[in-house]
Amino acid sequence: MSTTETNVIAPVGTWNLDPVHSIVGFEVDYLAGTFKGTFKDVTATLTIAEDRTATLEGAADVTSVDVRNEDQNAHIQGPEFFDAESFPQLLFTAEDVKLDGEQATVNGRITIKGVTKPVALIGTVVPPIEDPWGNQRLGVTLTATVDRTEFGLDWNTPLPGGDLALANDVKIVAELQFVKSA
Amino acid sequence: MKILGISGSLRRGSYNTGLLRAAGELVPDDVEFEIWEGLKTVPPYDHDDDTEDTPAAVAELRSAVAGADAVLIATPEYNASIPGVLKNALDWISRPVLTNPLRNKPAAVVGASTGAFGAVWAQAELRKVLSTIGARTLDLEVACRQAAERFDENGLLLDDEVRAELRRVVDELVAAIRARAEAQAAVPFAA
Repeated sequence: MSTTETNVIAPVGTWNLDPVHSIVGFEVDYLAGTFKGTFKDVTATLTIAEDRTATLEGAADVTSVDVRNEDQNAHIQGPEFFDAESFPQLLFTAEDVKLDGEQATVNGRITIKGVTKPVALIGTVVPPIEDPWGNQRLGVTLTATVDRTEFGLDWNTPLPGGDLALANDVKIVAELQFVKSA
Repeated sequence: MKILGISGSLRRGSYNTGLLRAAGELVPDDVEFEIWEGLKTVPPYDHDDDTEDTPAAVAELRSAVAGADAVLIATPEYNASIPGVLKNALDWISRPVLTNPLRNKPAAVVGASTGAFGAVWAQAELRKVLSTIGARTLDLEVACRQAAERFDENGLLLDDEVRAELRRVVDELVAAIRARAEAQAAVPFAA
């Protein structure tokens, strides 16, 4: 395992995702707007070591995808998109995690539909605060753009004007709130 | 392992049903092949009738699809698309979307017509419909053109080129069934 020396602005330890106060989702241009979805069931762990290096691991349950319509949820879980039956989880792992000041830079690997690709996420950090119950909380917002067709999510349909209805570039958005384990 | 054949043509001497009979001769020994013959009994889709007390023909259709590992549909081409009776049956099968018996199931399409094109438009439309329903639709077709010349008076397929194309579809359908079973075995929490 290779790690990178970083300046991580949070205390050493294991930080677990608070899923209720986090959102992991996607945004993709569709027709005349942006189609957005989220995954309700997500897990993530941020581990900060004594040497100030950090790792981030996460997973999302594909069957928890929510685009606010039951039939569309079903379509997105089907073979034309995520194929939840064969690939029920999205996975992310990173051993190059920088949380410098208010900037986040995370280089890792994402697995979608059984295909693993490198991905570079950037974003912002809310430095640790103490919550009303005495827990330390850390906020990290990360985004990256991936080409869905590289992961075998190929569905599309033509528009009467000749263009395609759905873009290939998909923005991944992760608004993560971590709680330090005792 | 079982493949269910559905013919989109109700005609007694249907060339499409003949294609399915020919396909049934090509399946491996460990695969059962059954042609579903209830299409004419399926009532028009009505959401008001799509209740727990489903019409008997619909229950039979859904059960037949659920009991198969893959579906092979032979379609004629009516007005550049698939027959209404076939689309109607697929609409019944498709509900509810998340749990319908075609979902994730390997499916393939073949077609025969008495014209020069072998129902290729209908086959393309049918693949689109099946994919939308959630089937694992094979990107293959069998275009049996000038079908009247390719079957004998008993409805037996005479054309070995068409038979070879059918064999490829059957082989890939069986491979898709096996691949799905292997994928499910590899997933720890698959339903």
